[in-house]
Amino acid sequence: MVPLSHYIALSAILFVIGAAGFIFRRNIITVFMCIELMLNAVNLAFMAFSRFRGNLDGQLFVFFVIVVAAAEAAVGLALIISLYRSRDTLAIDELDSMKL
Amino acid sequence: MESGYLTILIYIGAVVFLSAAILGMSAWVGVKRPTREKLSPYECGIQPVGDARERFSISFYLVGMLFILFDVEAVFLYPWAVVYKELKWFGFTEMLLYILILLAGYVYIWKKGALDWSR
Amino acid sequence: MTTVSIPDVMRILPELILAGFAILVMLFEPFVPAGRKRVLGWIALLGVLVAGMAFTWAPPNAGMAFSGSIAADGFSYFFIFLFLTIAALALLGSINYLERDNIHHAEYYALILFSTVGMCFMAASAELIMIFLGLEISSLSTYVLAGFRRHDPRSNESAMKYFLLGSFATAFFLYGIAFVYGLTGTTNLVDLAADLAQPGKWSTLTRAALILMFVGLAFKVSTVPFQIWTPDVYQGAPAPVTAFLSTGPKAAAFAVLVRIFLGLAGPSGPAAFWVIWISAALTMTVGNFAALLQKNVKRMLAYSAIAHAGYVLVGLAAAMASGSTEGASAVLFYLAAYAFMNVGAFLLIAHLAGPGEGRTEISDFTGLGRAAPGAAACLTVFMLSLSGIPSTAGFFAKFYVFRASVHAGLIGLTIIAVLNSVVSVYYYLNLVVTMYMREGEPQAARTPMPLPLYSAIAASLFAIFYLGLYPNHFLLLSTLSSKPLP
Repeated sequence: MVPLSHYIALSAILFVIGAAGFIFRRNIITVFMCIELMLNAVNLAFMAFSRFRGNLDGQLFVFFVIVVAAAEAAVGLALIISLYRSRDTLAIDELDSMKL
Repeated sequence: MESGYLTILIYIGAVVFLSAAILGMSAWVGVKRPTREKLSPYECGIQPVGDARERFSISFYLVGMLFILFDVEAVFLYPWAVVYKELKWFGFTEMLLYILILLAGYVYIWKKGALDWSR
Repeated sequence: MTTVSIPDVMRILPELILAGFAILVMLFEPFVPAGRKRVLGWIALLGVLVAGMAFTWAPPNAGMAFSGSIAADGFSYFFIFLFLTIAALALLGSINYLERDNIHHAEYYALILFSTVGMCFMAASAELIMIFLGLEISSLSTYVLAGFRRHDPRSNESAMKYFLLGSFATAFFLYGIAFVYGLTGTTNLVDLAADLAQPGKWSTLTRAALILMFVGLAFKVSTVPFQIWTPDVYQGAPAPVTAFLSTGPKAAAFAVLVRIFLGLAGPSGPAAFWVIWISAALTMTVGNFAALLQKNVKRMLAYSAIAHAGYVLVGLAAAMASGSTEGASAVLFYLAAYAFMNVGAFLLIAHLAGPGEGRTEISDFTGLGRAAPGAAACLTVFMLSLSGIPSTAGFFAKFYVFRASVHAGLIGLTIIAVLNSVVSVYYYLNLVVTMYMREGEPQAARTPMPLPLYSAIAASLFAIFYLGLYPNHFLLLSTLSSKPLP
């Protein structure tokens, strides 16, 4: 059987990739996908902990996280469309209309 | 246990070798005489129309978003169905409430015209 | 087999009523003709009032509900009442604003109610997953609200930044929860406190999980270095929305911080305490000094909001250091006082900024003292209260926090906080001086205040003077409320 630490390591790697992508990527859609990646890393951690503790609560939480992620995706895409309509760009660097 | 993994390793090696060999041989030995007809996307003769990278209608995204929402909300039905017999009426009313709230959302987007493709 | 009992339902009655009214408003919205959306605003306000009355008339027995995931205690009642008040003020201040700027869609009211439901659940939950759900309900609604001026690029940008950084922060919070679950097998705060109270239970990983959760919440309350989104979001969002989200979600996140950090971090040793100490000092200093440089009123108040989060953190640090209720009650008092002055200030600015919110530079307020004496006087009171002048709510809010931190022995932090509030007087008074002492024609709108907004401003002023002149009643209330159940 694959030990718990492997799952947690994978989850941590996914989370860090997501966080790094969030900071370094310049396209809003990609940044948004990085957030989804982070949430999936959380899901993986929940599933692994749940399996190894023999406690089903973790699997329940994954359902909630999935549903919240879907709601977040819908709101995020709506905002992205709205932004694109008013600005014609999805580059994060160009979101600077309110600098000091 | 160890030997099982060894078999897989040998198998992976064989797969990589074989596919590389077939693709490499055909690229090396094969004769290439490209013509305009041969390079067209549909060799059966259909004329391609326009560019594949056209802009999608905004309602495409709208329906996509709504689909994600309603599709994923249904995820709660699966664990509910598993324990439905134990929950009895309590489970039934809870799920009824949940579906009714979803229905309220559905009525809202319908009346807002978000499902109207012709607009 | 768990079922729902009547007392359980009674303990979340305000949330249920709010959610019911929110769904009602949303369902009616397509059927109400464009000119009549105002009706739905009043229905939403009625929902807030009914939710408040349900509590007053039929106070449920304090206790846990829904298998320990809801804690109905004085602490959560305090915050629920605070959120209901903020929602009511924001609704009153929004009705005419939406009409003026031609964005009168009743989804606005539904979203305010939904967000309030989420905040109530954040304050009332004793279960990390419930807190997460409350956080998301409230955040998703406010993301949309921030972008409610759909055709204004600044509003879109504000919503986008709020959304991206908010979701990023939530992921951290959630990862912290995952690790807490993995290490202890539970996400219930009561069980968690019992589990972590055993000797040898605290490890580096437990502290890391707690830090991850702190990072997630720190984004929400905008403490340095997680404050980068705040100025842009507060400036770009419609001003009544800024009034709402600079007070409501922030207070909710502080409620969660108090519940988690006072409940769990006590035995964790000094590490968590120093995290709070350092971020309090940094947040106050960065917020105040950045606010000095601002030329836009909304942006200045955004930096001031960051600074005020720092003062609240001082109270939290005091509570963690001493373990007495003094610090926690100061935090509660501060959040309530801050809510009144900030909601009032932003609502008034929403009105003065004129159609399309075109006049939000400080220079636009030149000479307003003569042109619109009433509005200028109200704005002056809000500024004085924010800077902590005696006889206003802001003074006692700061006084109680500083007193708690002195009693807890945090002399260094108290000195930093006092110096900071001296600095802050400069930029608040700068606006007052611009209104009264500078010559010129004000660009700000001089139309009379509409009645709903007027009543919201009057209520905020009353609360500010009441808390500033007779703080004892409210302090007693916040002291009684400052002991969360778990």
